[in-house]
Amino acid sequence: MRFPVTAWVSILHRLSGAFVFLLIPGVLWLLQESLASETRFLSLQKTLGHPAWKMFIWLIFSAIVYHSAAGIRHLGMDLHWGDSKKAARASAWIVLSLSFSLILWGTYKIW
Amino acid sequence: MVKAATSLGRTGLQDWLIQRVSAVILAVYIIFIFITILRHAPLHYSAWKIVFSSHLMKGIALLALLSLITHAWIGMWTITTDYLKNAMVRLLVQLLFFLALVGDLFWGACIIWGT
Repeated sequence: MRFPVTAWVSILHRLSGAFVFLLIPGVLWLLQESLASETRFLSLQKTLGHPAWKMFIWLIFSAIVYHSAAGIRHLGMDLHWGDSKKAARASAWIVLSLSFSLILWGTYKIW
Repeated sequence: MVKAATSLGRTGLQDWLIQRVSAVILAVYIIFIFITILRHAPLHYSAWKIVFSSHLMKGIALLALLSLITHAWIGMWTITTDYLKNAMVRLLVQLLFFLALVGDLFWGACIIWGT
């Protein structure tokens, strides 16, 4: 079965959203450690230098970037902004390429 | 008639609206946090702390947290309602997600308030 690009953008929006939900405790832990005290902030920065933690930050970043990009497209469609078949396809590609570029840039920044 | 006893709003339209309002709040807050981290890179504790220290910033952070939790609940409710056809399984999973989100909300509020 071959799905159109709009279907991919939609299912990835769900998947990334569920993923962000699962990562909330991790994000809260980061927030807690970063705000607790200067000492804990510095030790968190050290912890985040570890490859496994970099991967975790990358996953959170990527999921949020994609979910936000697809979400903004979704909000636009609710306003009937570009909801013709042609425009929906174009904006789906924009979401994919924009989030891909941002994730690529994030990968460079994290490593 | 009650059609969906576990949904957040009383109607689907209410859930739809809450999902959009929380989405806009979250989008604005996420962009703000990203810009803050980038503007201060490499980030120091003092600069990071300011983002959560005044009453106003705490209020905004709490609003973002509340938006995140309600947004996540409506999203996970929608997903579980779509894919889990067995009522017992669905209710158990939804209960689990609900408790997790209540825990997240309480923990997050403690972090923001305690700073």
